[in-house]
Amino acid sequence: MGEEVKVIGSIKSGFCVRVEWALKLKGVEYEYIKEDLRNKSPMLLKYNPVHKKVPVLVHGDKPIPESLVILEYIDETWKDNPLLPEDPYERAMARFWAKYADEKCMFGAWEAFKAEGEEKEKAMESALESFAFLEKAIKGKKFFGGEKMGFLDLVVGWIPHWLSVLEEVGGMKMLDAEKFPSLHEWAENFIQIPLIKECIPPRDVLVNHFHATFSSLRSLSANKP
Amino acid sequence: MAREEVTLLGMWASPLALRIEWALKCKGIWYKCIDEDLLNKSQRLLTHNPIHKKIPVLLHGGKSIPESLVILEYIDETWKQNPLLPEDPYERAMARFWAKFVDEKCWTTIPGVFGNERGDEQEKSKEKAIEELRILEKQLEGKKFFGGESVGFLDIVCGWIAYWLPFIEDITGLKLVDETSFPALSAWFKAYLSVPWVKELLPPPDKLRAHLITFRQKLLSSRLLNI
Repeated sequence: MGEEVKVIGSIKSGFCVRVEWALKLKGVEYEYIKEDLRNKSPMLLKYNPVHKKVPVLVHGDKPIPESLVILEYIDETWKDNPLLPEDPYERAMARFWAKYADEKCMFGAWEAFKAEGEEKEKAMESALESFAFLEKAIKGKKFFGGEKMGFLDLVVGWIPHWLSVLEEVGGMKMLDAEKFPSLHEWAENFIQIPLIKECIPPRDVLVNHFHATFSSLRSLSANKP
Repeated sequence: MAREEVTLLGMWASPLALRIEWALKCKGIWYKCIDEDLLNKSQRLLTHNPIHKKIPVLLHGGKSIPESLVILEYIDETWKQNPLLPEDPYERAMARFWAKFVDEKCWTTIPGVFGNERGDEQEKSKEKAIEELRILEKQLEGKKFFGGESVGFLDIVCGWIAYWLPFIEDITGLKLVDETSFPALSAWFKAYLSVPWVKELLPPPDKLRAHLITFRQKLLSSRLLNI
């Protein structure tokens, strides 16, 4: 278990940060290798030839891509502070919600961010529907994991920081404290936790990054025939 | 463990529901299967999967579990005999990675060939599907099954390809997997479909063929209407 651990990632990615949180939660030392996604390194292409994406966890000489797969690997390799609950049904629910959150909430927010006019309205409506389900899942609980944070908290952990930047840059409001009181409270609480806070990028870095993304998306659509 | 009833909400022609039946049979778990009408969804389905309203859903001890990959892991963790996933965390990670790949890529591209009629588009779909199958072929090299010497998680996840692909090729007139270009995959198709508990659950070929032809006709006519 004394093998070197590396995380190949981008600090601007809500997928990569969840891997860092998991390692920190378990007290695992790792080296972070920053990847420039506009100019992918031979190392990334070697370690994730199929998707060529971050994050990739490299443990010893073994590369593991796909953030949800990485989280489960981390949980099974380092047993301290378990991320997934013990009960098979509770584990199934955590996995179900993780998939749902990534496919609907995160993707939904991203689609709403990119869109304009009527399309934006529609995309927001769809995303908000998915947030309503997440609100139900956290109601009455301190964390998605219960008393302590767990797998699902790390998976939706992009919400407190990343979503607020997407809202600002994309000109939209999604995490309304009135509409989603439990989710809002969870977000406020989660982002204050020291090990969570220490891994998030400075807000202005994210703002600049998403402004640049927004502009290039707009100029692409303006140039469409 | 007290014997709690296991029910699967599925559909006879669904590859995703079939993978659940395979997993249950592999572990010798008795279960009841309910065929859902997907064109006229029952209150039962809407109750047990209110979010996606899809099959398969596993009902066990008063609990509902949707999403086939989630169900497979639940089955593996609840009934420990004949484990589907390997023991080693890295091997488990690889099985999960490839399962996700098959569900996100092959699950769209292989039927994508099916849903196209025009030359260019069909050729493009075919090329994409073949590219992905080549990636799977590499994973199988030197192995009898994805799980090694015996059937495992990834075999059950990919199993639909072994049975459905020949029907798709036959109906579209396109060949995607031939023995020369895909020796490992071709051998795996035969080996997997010969496993007794796999074979006994396969939908009847004539019935499936007729179903797929009708399904394709609907798909193509709805595409024509979208132009």
